[in-house]
Amino acid sequence: MPDTSLSALAAQLAGKQISSRELAQTYLDRIAALNPAINAFITVDAEKTLIEAAAADALIAAGQAGPLTGVPIAHKDIFCTEGWLTTCGSKMLHNFIAPYDAHVIQRFKAAGMPSLGKTNMDEFAMGSSNETSYYGAVKNPWNPAYVPGGSSGGAAACVAARMAPAATGTDTGGSIRQPAALCGITGLKPTYGLVSRYGMIAFASSLDQAGPMAPSADDCALLLNVMTGFDPKDSTSLEREKEDYTRDLDKPLTGLRVGLPREFFAEGLNNEVAAAVEAAVADLQKLGATTVEISLANSKLAIPVYYVLAPAEASSNLSRFDGVRYGYRAPEYTSLDDMYCKTRAQGFGAEVKRRIMIGAYVLSHGYYDAYYLQAQKIRRLIADDFGEAFKACDVILGPTAPGTAFKLGEKSDDPVEMYLNDLYTIPANLAGLPGMSLPCGFDSKGLPIGLQLVGNYFSEAKMLNVAHQYQRVTDWHSRQPEGLK
Amino acid sequence: MSLTPDDVKRIARLARIEISDAEAQATQAQLNSIFDLIATMQAVDTREVSPMAHAQEVYQRLRDDVATETDRHADFQAVAPAVENGLYLVPKVIE
Repeated sequence: MPDTSLSALAAQLAGKQISSRELAQTYLDRIAALNPAINAFITVDAEKTLIEAAAADALIAAGQAGPLTGVPIAHKDIFCTEGWLTTCGSKMLHNFIAPYDAHVIQRFKAAGMPSLGKTNMDEFAMGSSNETSYYGAVKNPWNPAYVPGGSSGGAAACVAARMAPAATGTDTGGSIRQPAALCGITGLKPTYGLVSRYGMIAFASSLDQAGPMAPSADDCALLLNVMTGFDPKDSTSLEREKEDYTRDLDKPLTGLRVGLPREFFAEGLNNEVAAAVEAAVADLQKLGATTVEISLANSKLAIPVYYVLAPAEASSNLSRFDGVRYGYRAPEYTSLDDMYCKTRAQGFGAEVKRRIMIGAYVLSHGYYDAYYLQAQKIRRLIADDFGEAFKACDVILGPTAPGTAFKLGEKSDDPVEMYLNDLYTIPANLAGLPGMSLPCGFDSKGLPIGLQLVGNYFSEAKMLNVAHQYQRVTDWHSRQPEGLK
Repeated sequence: MSLTPDDVKRIARLARIEISDAEAQATQAQLNSIFDLIATMQAVDTREVSPMAHAQEVYQRLRDDVATETDRHADFQAVAPAVENGLYLVPKVIE
């Protein structure tokens, strides 16, 4: 594909060199050609897409276009989308046509951006490989024998294969950043509370946050401008002045203090990943940044803390799936209670059931203090480590994941092995801090390597500035898988 | 700590998930390895630490007590497994 940056596509649309319908059709054709092998989409509906694209063309013709009007985007199947099947990757919602739009969907519609479809994901966003989807695993476009990461694996894969110029994702413990890293694209999880969770099917409400996924930081800044903003329908939505996240993209990095957490470069990190991240640090130094070693001493506890808090919140959130108001209901049962138990046994996959059970247990009588409360206290220690670190640096840098993509099936039998993939991403969720992943190289197998930036609260513009300046002097983010060009 | 198959069945019961003996056996080993991971938390002294329930210090907003939603119950019930006369149908609970 030629230059598909959002600013280039928007310029072509504004200059009437291409219509939104033509652009949407180009992507729909590419989806038809590539998706059978990649499985990045659960639902594609060309008719709906083209109706939305025609509406965008009308806005452009009437001179009422916004910055991205007419540019199509793919949405993770976690966002309720009126009139579209919205499955959250689960059999439980295999027949759920959402009766309303999530706030994020409303915003993209208001911006005149047609939807290219709903992307595949780990069931209820629980997974790091996309293998827990009821709709089958997504394949990594760089090598279809490998996973794309998860849970926003369909989103990452469709962008990497240029089946969409951009996609939405959500990140509870790394679900935007880890698949972005494994698929060689850029993804950003904003500060908790910047993007409304209304209509985004809940996993762990105190951690869930939606964000943009696209080839470059420049693209992500434009998408963030669309996605963020106060929403009274989300009780944790923050009331803040609207920001322009592109405002600092072109600033030089002179004097930038980059914090390198020694715990993120310790045992367990793949050598090739470490080398690529260190090379990126050297690139940033050439751009005028200085580095400082920092410590996030409690970050090693992030995984145990997360696997108490997230399942606890999930066990409560997923209690709504009982076969009464929407979704799957078991065909045979003897009583109301039996209907609940059979519906949930048949409608949920193994990983979702495991997490609901962990959550039910840690919240049960006699265990609450030892597990749930202890986890909340260590969550504070992890957040405090970041607060201390940001006294010495402007942005924290490290690997996004301990390795590159692994083979399909390689870790699917061992939940704990799978959980360790999110070692470096979970701490930012627990603290509520913004984090992003951007491509910084390839391993010897030709699989992408991701670099993670974690910023202080509301420092998205600064992080995007760092990422954009890095992407001006490197071309990792513009590489495309051979054979899919 | 180590969960027995009976513990697993009790937890599944709490979560309203039907589970067979064979599934309980298989789940037991996986849950135990996860709880071994979680147990590493217990070594941390947190006596002086206040729990962090949320990423931001925010307070519950209040709004005026007026209806803001239109009646769309037909749309919302259209996706339900069983509905009659505007009511969700479930198995009889009171004889």
